[in-house]
Amino acid sequence: MATQDKQPFHWHGAIEKNITLLGVLSLLVVLVGGIVEIAPLFWIDNTIEKVKGVRPYTPLEQAGRDIYVREGCYLCHSQMIRPFRDETERYGHYSLAAESMYDHPFQWGSERTGPDLARVGGKYSDAWHVQHLTAPRSVVPESIMPNYAFLAKNELAKPDIAAEVKALAITGVPYTKDDIAKAKEDLFNQANPDADNTDLIKRYPKAQARDFDGNPKKLTEMDALIAYLQVLGTFVDTESAAAQEALAKEKGR
Amino acid sequence: MVTLVSRAGIWLVLLLLSIMASVAAHDTAFAIQAATVAVACLVGLIFAIRSPDYQRVSRGLAAPTGDASKYDDDVIRWGVIATVFWGVAGFLVGVVIAFQLAYPQINLEPWFNFGRMRPLHTSAVIFAFGGNALIATSFYVVQRTCRARLAFPGLARFVFWGYQLFIVLAATGYLLGVTQAKEYAEPEWYVDLWLTVVWVSYLVVYGGTIMKRSEPHIYVANWFYLSFIITVAMLHLVNNLAIPVSFLGSQSISWFAGVQGALVQWWYGHNAVGFFLTAGFLGMMYYFVPKQAQRPVYSYRLSIIHFWALIFLYIWAGPHHLHYTALPDWAQTLGMVFSVMLWMPSWGGMINGLMTLNGAWDKLRTDPVLRMFVMSLAFYGMSTFEGPMMSVKSVNSLSHYTNWTIGHVHSGALGWNGMVTFGAIYYLTPRLWNRTQLYSLRMVNWHFWTATIGIVFYAASMWVAGITQGLMWREYGADGYLLNSFADVLPAIHPMYVLRGLGGVLYLSGAAFMVINVWKTIAGSPLRAEAPLYNIEQNKANDVPLVAQPAE
Repeated sequence: MATQDKQPFHWHGAIEKNITLLGVLSLLVVLVGGIVEIAPLFWIDNTIEKVKGVRPYTPLEQAGRDIYVREGCYLCHSQMIRPFRDETERYGHYSLAAESMYDHPFQWGSERTGPDLARVGGKYSDAWHVQHLTAPRSVVPESIMPNYAFLAKNELAKPDIAAEVKALAITGVPYTKDDIAKAKEDLFNQANPDADNTDLIKRYPKAQARDFDGNPKKLTEMDALIAYLQVLGTFVDTESAAAQEALAKEKGR
Repeated sequence: MVTLVSRAGIWLVLLLLSIMASVAAHDTAFAIQAATVAVACLVGLIFAIRSPDYQRVSRGLAAPTGDASKYDDDVIRWGVIATVFWGVAGFLVGVVIAFQLAYPQINLEPWFNFGRMRPLHTSAVIFAFGGNALIATSFYVVQRTCRARLAFPGLARFVFWGYQLFIVLAATGYLLGVTQAKEYAEPEWYVDLWLTVVWVSYLVVYGGTIMKRSEPHIYVANWFYLSFIITVAMLHLVNNLAIPVSFLGSQSISWFAGVQGALVQWWYGHNAVGFFLTAGFLGMMYYFVPKQAQRPVYSYRLSIIHFWALIFLYIWAGPHHLHYTALPDWAQTLGMVFSVMLWMPSWGGMINGLMTLNGAWDKLRTDPVLRMFVMSLAFYGMSTFEGPMMSVKSVNSLSHYTNWTIGHVHSGALGWNGMVTFGAIYYLTPRLWNRTQLYSLRMVNWHFWTATIGIVFYAASMWVAGITQGLMWREYGADGYLLNSFADVLPAIHPMYVLRGLGGVLYLSGAAFMVINVWKTIAGSPLRAEAPLYNIEQNKANDVPLVAQPAE
């Protein structure tokens, strides 16, 4: 019969008798995975491909995104097209990391209870979106989406939009000082057909400035949400030959 | 007297601050949340004033300390009741959202739409039901296995009530549309900060109790509980890094974006499963299974190996939630490889639990509580096989984004976490309230069968739904075009949504049996008149001496 300390794992007794040792060792053990897997993503250059066109959201689009977040849209809709034939034919070019680089937080989703929305921008008219969000089954009879009729009634309340844009800038989204200063007027002007939006479109290329919800008198949550949906996936011109060539050359991912 | 006044003073200051925050709030949701905090402070103030024994105080005597010859079980009693309450609430919301997917008319905009109800369900079952079960059982187990009363009893009470406030703030927030939009980390910045305070207090009480232990060795259940508390703190702090837009508003901007944000989130999300729902619950298993079976843990060496392997490997598995996305391939592959390896330490835990029944398997016929523990381990084994399988990229290409994932999660949550918690509650209730036994063992048996059949309905319907979705989305016709529109798939899986809802109803009705049983046991009702679960029939006719008969 072997003595106590010659048994296998007898050394483990030291850990079992010392809570500090046990606590520190288990913390060290769980730190490794995160450090090796996550940390390199912040400095390996080709984690996010360099493509033209990705820009920060306009204040109105960002406000629409906040509504998308508030209503938990991400729980049923993904924004991440995988590189499979059926997905690219159904939804469009597979999603690039660059396309969500200014998304705080990302909205890739984990379920497709409803279809992917990564490239829904420009696929449907504003009027279709209003009708679909108000009463989804009136346009898609099989739909199981809840009604969001209240969005058209709720006035868009964003008292802190400048502070929000500023907070985004602190985390690294390239908003200029000008963008932050004009955030409030940008928010109202983008959905106002009478406003002069040339400066806004210059600062935010491809921004769409118009009344979105069919009610030009009122800036509603519906305006903001549709403004967001209509730019999804439109920033990068994936169809252009230059973009395809650059993506084909990319290595090491 | 001084402490009494200062305590009431702190409550009063907090009450006034939260009223001011509510009045000055930048959005309605924040105003309502601050008002909720104000109500909590008011309740605290009333208790601080009313509960002390003023006759003692006037004589200059300190408040009586608990009976040192008994364990400090108040918090655990509250925890058992809270676990049952939040469990039923969480299952009920689950059933409602299951039927919302089958019958969308059930959505009541804006507060009760699916998108706001789903985080309510997931948080209620994981953090409210599971969290309360973990806090209550860990405080019970740590005292028994250390032969010591809880360290810092006042702080332990704060942990319990502080955690309930966290749950209420998170839950009401979801319905009001307050969310960070990170799955299982939805609560906003101020709720996250509050949870951090509560969680650190939890670590102090738990670690403090281990420090004042009378036993030389720290029992294996405590390794798992300790690692769960430490790792959840790490995950919570990193994933919730954010900048509040305003200190008087509910919104914040997450520090991470895009691809890095995705991996940080699923590093958190998968280890909410790995540490909250696995390591912590394994701690529970390592105490209650040997106790209920009255056998020692099968293998000490296996417990060492699988403990360190489990906590080391789990952390790496997050990227399997991001297969074929814009996450770099190397990270996806690492995640897949570690997920497959994770199968082994997971089964180490299952084997150690099941083999503990060596020599006591016959008890399964007579003890429905033990039956719950065994079924829970069986589901743990099944879902920790299914998980690694689904993390293989080629399988994942079909299963991802479908209901298969939902089915997988629920075989783990309903089967493993639910059943082991029910078993622990049935073990604890008679002991904590000093009753000879549960009100009814038959009811435990009914609970066992309704829950088991409910899970089978749930998992099977979601497998069929998930594989149907995966196959129909990628189905091509002879002409080379996609055969089905997205909308075509919805009617195809509708029957499965209905069946899943029915599975949920069965599981919920099992929990209803538990409510009655726990209620009657606590109330001290006379035991239910019922046939015993196991009884050898008596053959009275044969129970006579053989008397010689005269030949004819």
